[in-house]
Amino acid sequence: MSMTHADRQSRTWWQRNQQTLTPWLFLAPGLLMFAVYVVWPIFSSFQLSFYDYDGLSTKEYIGTANYSELWGDRAFKTSLYNNVIWLVLYMLAVPLGLMIAIFLNQTVRGIRIYKSLFFFPFVISQVVVGLMFAWFYAPNFGLLYKVIEFFTGKGIAILASPTYATYGIIAAGLWPQIAYVMILYLTGLNNVSPDQVEAARLDGAKGFKMLWYVILPQLRPATFIAVVVTVIGALRSFDLVSIMTNGGPFGSTRVLSYYMYEQALSEYGFRMGYGAAIAVVLFGIMMVFISGFVWKMIRDERGMS
Amino acid sequence: MFPRPIEKSTPAARTMYQIALPIALFIWLFPLIGVAVTSVRPSSDLASGNYFGMPSRFAWDNYVSIFTDSPIGRYIFNSFKVTIPTVIGTLALSCLTGFALGIYKFKGNLLIFFMFVAGNFVPFQILMVPVRDLTYGLGMYNTTMGLAMFHIAFQTGFCTLFMRNFISALPKELIEAARVEGVKEWQIFWHIVLPLMRPAIAALAVLIFTFIWNDFFWATVLTTSASTQPVTAGLSSLNGQWVAAWHLVSAGSIIAALPPVLMFFMMQKHFIAGLTLGAVK
Repeated sequence: MSMTHADRQSRTWWQRNQQTLTPWLFLAPGLLMFAVYVVWPIFSSFQLSFYDYDGLSTKEYIGTANYSELWGDRAFKTSLYNNVIWLVLYMLAVPLGLMIAIFLNQTVRGIRIYKSLFFFPFVISQVVVGLMFAWFYAPNFGLLYKVIEFFTGKGIAILASPTYATYGIIAAGLWPQIAYVMILYLTGLNNVSPDQVEAARLDGAKGFKMLWYVILPQLRPATFIAVVVTVIGALRSFDLVSIMTNGGPFGSTRVLSYYMYEQALSEYGFRMGYGAAIAVVLFGIMMVFISGFVWKMIRDERGMS
Repeated sequence: MFPRPIEKSTPAARTMYQIALPIALFIWLFPLIGVAVTSVRPSSDLASGNYFGMPSRFAWDNYVSIFTDSPIGRYIFNSFKVTIPTVIGTLALSCLTGFALGIYKFKGNLLIFFMFVAGNFVPFQILMVPVRDLTYGLGMYNTTMGLAMFHIAFQTGFCTLFMRNFISALPKELIEAARVEGVKEWQIFWHIVLPLMRPAIAALAVLIFTFIWNDFFWATVLTTSASTQPVTAGLSSLNGQWVAAWHLVSAGSIIAALPPVLMFFMMQKHFIAGLTLGAVK
């Protein structure tokens, strides 16, 4: 008797709260994984950046010593400077991707295959891209080396030169990035309103004026995504640096993501606290962009509903 | 349509365009073509300085020898062991989270949604040390499962964004009608919403497959030995061993690139639908 009473009571409790509880039950597994592997580690790294830690022995609290050491660390400054170069030059992917998209936005026979082949570099792993460009730049027989030798009489071993190596790596990174931006713009161009284009054409707009005043405003969503993925791509540049130069020659191609790894996990030592401090700086830079992006997305979300 | 369709131009312009296309493509894919040709070049060609001419013969044995003389077969197998559980796990979790965030209005909905979105942009390095310690603590350091666990958690962020937007675009009347009929919430999910999500699931499956297959950073952080390393990390260490053996490096690169490339060509429509999410409207 009392069983059925409790049973009924619990059922009514469930029915009363079903609408409130259901979303949380659906969210629970994903939220738990995300909290454990993504959210908590961010806070943990922040904390770690105030410690001296080699990954094995106990952590020792050293206050802001890691950060003051960063301040005087020349390798850190080189990495930071290279990150700025990456960010600036990577942005070239946006106009270049748009150019290729415009070039390919035709309906001739076989154009679909051309579009997929132009997109090809994005599908390939950055490790493979790095190896391909290393071969292309290789001293003595690499094609670029030969071309430079042909014009100037003396070849340049791009990846062995502290002056040029970073640019060589960025060029390799731009290859798949341009392909990515291209596909975003091709989709965008597909959705440009034909009526507006025709109307503008009747008004005599063409060429660059048409692009600037009629087409680009309609491509704004594509441009936004293109800028977002390009910024992230530039700041995530780890694979290519690691494959092509290992940060060298003489540390000239280090970027923050690579320098952090080198400090915390490579044979140069297991300075995890110091590495965490570098990661916090990188996170701070990324945060500036993230908050901008998310702010815009929230605004759009509010505008929609 | 922009630019003006080429059919409306002069025949000369049309011919020019038809000629320009293959030339542009050749220049664009030059590094790839070069590596593909090098991969079938016999080592004697490289020794005699024939780097760019026709290979003196097609040395398919380069492909045989990387499989017999290096653990690349094992690396490829490891990549599958990481990639397939990640795809399945991520899709399962994000279908649930996407459903919760797309269907229900509750306090904190937007906040959780944007937490998933922002988590996507986080630099990997800030997660590196804690995730490595955590994987170690769970006894999964240097295992394919440990790597897959992290990937599942991280990719759930991106996939939730996609799934939630897809689900909130579904007609609400469908769900309302089912509720009036007294259908339970999980049945609505299983019998009504999930079948409608097939295109989203297909798009995300190919995208995640490619992302995870190509991951290099986490592979180097969480795995260390040839028995567990996926092909990206494996290729990097082979590159150290095969100094200047470009015919082997090239063959290895082509093999490592093949699975995502095949996936892309088989599922092109879904792949692009996934990537260009949000690029229109």
